[in-house]
Amino acid sequence: MFELADVTIRYAGAAAPSLDGASLRVAAGECVALVGPNGAGKTTALRALLGLVPLVSGRAEVMGRRSDGWPRDEIARAVGVVGQREEPAFPITVREAVEMGRYAHVGPWRSLGPRDREAVERAMRRADVTALADRWVETLSGGEWQRVRVARALAQEPRALVLDEPTASLDLRHEMELFELVADLVRRDGLAALIVSHHLNMAARFADRLVLLAEGRLVADAAPVEVLEPERLSAVFGWPVAVQRLSDGSVQLYPERRPLTHQDGDRNR
Amino acid sequence: MKRLSRGPFVAFLVVAWIAAVLVGLAVGGTPLAPREVLAALAGSGDDTTRGIVLSLRLPRVALGALVGGVLAVAGAALQALVRNPLADPYLLGLSGGSGLGAVLAIVVGVESAWALPGAAFAGALAAIVIVYRLAIVGGGALDSRILLLAGVVVGAFAGALVSGVLAVAESTGARSAMLWLMGGLGGVGWAGVAALAVYAAPALAVIAREARSLDLLALGEEPAGHLGADVARTKRRVYLAASLLTAAAVAASGLIGFVGLAVPHAVRMLRGHDHRGLLPSAFVLGGAFLMVADAGARGMFAPLELPVGVLTALVGVPLFAVLLRRSGRKAAA
Repeated sequence: MFELADVTIRYAGAAAPSLDGASLRVAAGECVALVGPNGAGKTTALRALLGLVPLVSGRAEVMGRRSDGWPRDEIARAVGVVGQREEPAFPITVREAVEMGRYAHVGPWRSLGPRDREAVERAMRRADVTALADRWVETLSGGEWQRVRVARALAQEPRALVLDEPTASLDLRHEMELFELVADLVRRDGLAALIVSHHLNMAARFADRLVLLAEGRLVADAAPVEVLEPERLSAVFGWPVAVQRLSDGSVQLYPERRPLTHQDGDRNR
Repeated sequence: MKRLSRGPFVAFLVVAWIAAVLVGLAVGGTPLAPREVLAALAGSGDDTTRGIVLSLRLPRVALGALVGGVLAVAGAALQALVRNPLADPYLLGLSGGSGLGAVLAIVVGVESAWALPGAAFAGALAAIVIVYRLAIVGGGALDSRILLLAGVVVGAFAGALVSGVLAVAESTGARSAMLWLMGGLGGVGWAGVAALAVYAAPALAVIAREARSLDLLALGEEPAGHLGADVARTKRRVYLAASLLTAAAVAASGLIGFVGLAVPHAVRMLRGHDHRGLLPSAFVLGGAFLMVADAGARGMFAPLELPVGVLTALVGVPLFAVLLRRSGRKAAA
């Protein structure tokens, strides 16, 4: 569904490439989490997959087709994206926001039909925002707005989902609900899902594979139990971590307490 | 502020527009009763009244409907493009450019009837090109923030040049240039109306085609792209179409401020931000607003005539303030 092959990206004026020969694949019916420290190139990898940044070298494909060659409306019918930040410039209601997920289907002239409205209602139900339908977006909490954006991506009726830190402002219940929803969409509907997350434990519980990036390079791409090794994570994140195996076979990570030293302070300055 | 539903809003637009046409035809140096206006439109009544209504006022009213509509659509589109509700068609350097063109034409002594509008149009085009070039950043993409800044600085530069030229030019020419710039719908005639209509139609169609993309752009450029908008193409097309519309409106009638800022806002407050409805509604309401403002400009101190741009601001600002207060109270509630 998604493929990056040996992709290098360098932003204008940047000293080092943001992505340096990175490769990853996400198949239909698979949930992959892209993890790594700040500035590792996770969001850049997503943008490369979606054809939004020029590649210095390598190949980026969605459903076997070069990402930068897709017309935007076609790619929007295939891939639903929930990005990091978004703030509407004018007041709109939740329903209007979710209806925008249908724009790529109806084109510039046609009005939303019964099928489009059905898709909107279904998406709002699945993301648990039906009760918010007539609220102004500007009155929502960060978590509610995030769920509305997930509903909008679902209204696109995509074959793949891309979520960039989707649970950053969600409480425990809504975070779990969102991950369960994505897991369900992957398992039952056969969607491909690529999630960027800083919540390594949550990613390990839900993703089939973890792709670990550091400084634009691929460090590991395997099942969570194989990727979450204490030495590797401690080296990549620059902080000691312990890893514990749970009874269900999954692994959970615990950052260790370690008082800051002068050396840490100097490094951060 | 509670939005109106579609039926009552469309009825309001139709009634407002028809009323504005009738007011525009009735008011002036020779005030006419509505009955006389309707008789003249139907081809009956006396020759003088028919002459006033059909030959003098009707082209002027038509020009008002067109210029007001064009400015309102350009304003609505640019507000969505730069994601800034304060955007106004003149903010993007066009007023400065057209003003400079008009003033230079007068100073170098070009005499023909089309010289002023032609020169203003050329000045506006020059401003569009410079602003556009400045706002093109790496990879050929148009940066909306730089677009706004470039518009302001190009406008300021042209404004300074206009002031310099006026300071050293002989006074009659300078005064007529200033008066022309302040805006007016007089003396254009059917040929001018037709020229503007033919010119505006394709640019309006281009903006209409991008209506849904403008909805999406209000969310931000990246989300708009994710939802299917070709952001670079939309920005390029909408900026050029809106600028060319504004330049043509300036050439036809000078600088008529406030329509492009206030009318889209009024429609947004009354009916929301769906540009498929917003753009045509802004066209109708912008036209109605300018027709009434022009009638006021002709009628208030007849036979003297106020520049209509003065009246659009005098009427528009308080109206706008009331709308802002009401929407502010709603937001705070």
